[in-house]
Amino acid sequence: MMTEKHDYMEMKVPAKAEFIKVIRLTVSGVASRMGFSYEDIEDLKIVVSEACTNVVQHAYNEEEEPGDIMVGFMIYENRLEIMVVDHGHSCNFDEIRKGIGRYEKGQEIQLMREGGLGLYLIETLMDEVIIHQDQGVTILMTKFVHGE
Amino acid sequence: MIVEMDVQNDNQKVVVMIRGEIDIYTAPKLKETLFQIVENGAEEIIVNLSDVTYLDSAGLGVFVGTYKMICSRKGKFELVGLSKRMQRLFDITGLADIIQITSDLKGEV
Repeated sequence: MMTEKHDYMEMKVPAKAEFIKVIRLTVSGVASRMGFSYEDIEDLKIVVSEACTNVVQHAYNEEEEPGDIMVGFMIYENRLEIMVVDHGHSCNFDEIRKGIGRYEKGQEIQLMREGGLGLYLIETLMDEVIIHQDQGVTILMTKFVHGE
Repeated sequence: MIVEMDVQNDNQKVVVMIRGEIDIYTAPKLKETLFQIVENGAEEIIVNLSDVTYLDSAGLGVFVGTYKMICSRKGKFELVGLSKRMQRLFDITGLADIIQITSDLKGEV
């Protein structure tokens, strides 16, 4: 089988909230060069931030030094695959998934969740999402270039 | 500093103008400001997002929290100045059906 031609780049940043913006700026640059539409670039900024926010919030204990977030970009002709990897204590994605989804009109206001939208946004705004849990968590997400 | 807020207090009606990016890093500051306004007895909070350049679930969570808090005190919460792009985020999460949103107030409060 012939390997599909692509470029690859990756970056590793401390799993701290203040570094998420740096990753967002990077994805914006990569996606813009690939010809993604303005809307799609905004979507990509959100999903990458959500995936990294998840690492910052869940992957590492408060007592220990924050670890790293590794973000890999597989740049194909027609699509961008983004991999977000942490090596922390694997959080329970099944538990997180139970609490996700959109808000429903008429629901009891005081019972509205104040979190849990991140994974929902990732799954809604990307074309393909694969979550792999082992020692840590890897989120692999794909968006196709549709152009304008 | 990535996010800045201007608070105008007119009796019990408070207008909050936010500038910059709202993400996991800046959301705690926003939460502190909005919750404090509710604690101080505001009956109506209007948050203007026309100068917000980035918003994700961290910010949405803060708005939901503030909305819940002010509703429990029978107050009002409104978001204004949303770009089309930002409005979409409220639409897909279902928040547009719950929180009062006025999109076309760009620059006005």
